[in-house]
Amino acid sequence: MRGGQDSVRAPVLRFTNCRLLRAGKLLREDLWVREGRILDPEKLFFDEQRLADQQRDCGGCILAPGFIDVQINGGFGVDFSQATEDVGSGVALVAQKILAHGVTSFCPTLVTSPPEVYHKVLPHIPVKRGGPHGAGVLGVHLEGPFISQQKRGAHPEAHLRSFEANAFKDVLATYGCLDNVCILTLAPELDRSHEVIRELTALGIRVSLGHSVADLQMAEKAVQSGATFITHLFNAMLPFHHRDPGIVGLLTSDQVPAGRCVFYGMIADGIHTNPAALRIAHRAHPQGLVLVTDAIPALGLGNGRHTLGQQVVEVDELSAYVAGTTTLCGSIAPMDVCVRNFLEATGCSLESALEAASLHPAQLLGLEECKGTLDFGADADFVLLDDALHVQATYISGELVWQAEVARP
Amino acid sequence: MKLIILDHYLEASEWAAKYIRNRIIQFNPGPDKYFTLGLPTGLPRDHPESYHSFMWNNFFKHIDIDPGNTHILDGNAADLQAECDAFEEKIKDAGGIELFVGGIGPDGHIAFNEPGSSLVSRTRVKTLAMDTILANARFFHGDLSKVPTMALTVGVGTVMEAREVMILITGAHKAFALYKAIEEGVSHMWTVSAFQQHPRTIFVCDEDATLELKVKTVKYFKGLMLVHSKLVDPLYSMKEKIEPPKKPYSD
Repeated sequence: MRGGQDSVRAPVLRFTNCRLLRAGKLLREDLWVREGRILDPEKLFFDEQRLADQQRDCGGCILAPGFIDVQINGGFGVDFSQATEDVGSGVALVAQKILAHGVTSFCPTLVTSPPEVYHKVLPHIPVKRGGPHGAGVLGVHLEGPFISQQKRGAHPEAHLRSFEANAFKDVLATYGCLDNVCILTLAPELDRSHEVIRELTALGIRVSLGHSVADLQMAEKAVQSGATFITHLFNAMLPFHHRDPGIVGLLTSDQVPAGRCVFYGMIADGIHTNPAALRIAHRAHPQGLVLVTDAIPALGLGNGRHTLGQQVVEVDELSAYVAGTTTLCGSIAPMDVCVRNFLEATGCSLESALEAASLHPAQLLGLEECKGTLDFGADADFVLLDDALHVQATYISGELVWQAEVARP
Repeated sequence: MKLIILDHYLEASEWAAKYIRNRIIQFNPGPDKYFTLGLPTGLPRDHPESYHSFMWNNFFKHIDIDPGNTHILDGNAADLQAECDAFEEKIKDAGGIELFVGGIGPDGHIAFNEPGSSLVSRTRVKTLAMDTILANARFFHGDLSKVPTMALTVGVGTVMEAREVMILITGAHKAFALYKAIEEGVSHMWTVSAFQQHPRTIFVCDEDATLELKVKTVKYFKGLMLVHSKLVDPLYSMKEKIEPPKKPYSD
């Protein structure tokens, strides 16, 4: 708790008439907030002998930790991988718009791009706290260019690279500065990947395996070197084979170091993954499932042609393809749609679906003390949802930052 | 004494809750007129199973009470006896206890006034009997060495000064204690029996707790239920209520 007399005098908010997601269960409890953090009401009552200053009635809604999107390439016309004149305002626009989807923190994602783009763009996407202006930036997710040519998906072939010459030095030379980076996707079969993975892990950057043709053994070695995430499971990797499960096999691998959890992103837009495949992954390793949108700039724009990285894409309802091909190049389903799709496809509990979009990404990033949870001391970033998991209101640091237009009776 | 016999634990609890509700409404408390509810005490403050946690989770968080109006004995106080004396003073300052609600142990104790406690005792430090320590072991994961051996408790005399006393007794394991409390004489070996000399006592129990009583005692008091059940009739008409009842908290 922040010390000093001032914090003790700060107003205490009490959100009542709601169901909290706590310890994996939906409980009929009140949420107490002070100075943007979740407060322990018992300590307030006995130690400080105080009651709440303001009460907010949540209308019987579900109160869940705010969603965290760790893979989003842009949206609303903004492309994070474009070196525009004002990168900052592009990020800010997306940050503000995704509040309506229940997202309170996110990782702007850059796809494979030439080094000039990284050098220009990265310094303008700093880690930033969320607020009424928009969701918080937890760090940048770099997806590529150190990926497999075969499994590049929508990434432009011309800009793929390898680090076999100088390993980590090549990585630094390509990106310029890694200060704002929190996740890096690479293909572990590339030569000297283990050195790179170890260096990145030592810097606190989460290494993710993706866009790769690695077999299970290679993937396991990568995990032992420090990799902790799989980028959009099933997509852009070898399919599961019963004698070589490939990267997918990490979900049930016995070579994962003790105490470590391998997390994996899943795009639950109903297009990128067949619901049956989603169920197989969820049942095999429910604790590691992280819902991501992998949203492209066309998110929120509607049908038509838009740019992604260095390529052009075509949008048709909920599908987005590389123009002129049948290669999927990202999703345009917002996070709350993904959560609902996930709930329906897997038949899992409300609590599981909500944790997949909040607690698990927080755990992946090592932020579970303050994000993705409603435990005492955590940041008061949360969403109010109705029983069908439609977002009714979004709060960051206990402040209302978005509200559904139609008021609930 | 009124002996109220209900079928099960839930009915007994509900009856007791309604009775307390009615008493508070009839008392018509205000800023200068406090309805003081007395409850027995327990474990030291720090422990997660402490009485503070118990009271918070089971009572205080469900009602709007000014924290300044709650007084729980602090087992971590520097001078325990002074803490006890101060507690007695606070009771006097609040105008005395209007209604004391408690349960009894299998050995017939009220609060932590174990067999042998003086029937005129006041709030004090009490050593706990082995039976009580064993019973409380479940709060400490079965580790007997972690169970506190002392507790601060209100005395029998303190409770006797309350204007009304309600004792809740449920379960077959309390049946013998109930028998000793109401069908035998006043004895410091069964401290609850002291309330035979209190002008206004109610014992609320379930069927199982009556197993050691004489059939005629049980029949007599069951016969009085026609009158006694009027004590818990709602004082306001339900039809007048407009808002839907609030859902209870998860416990």
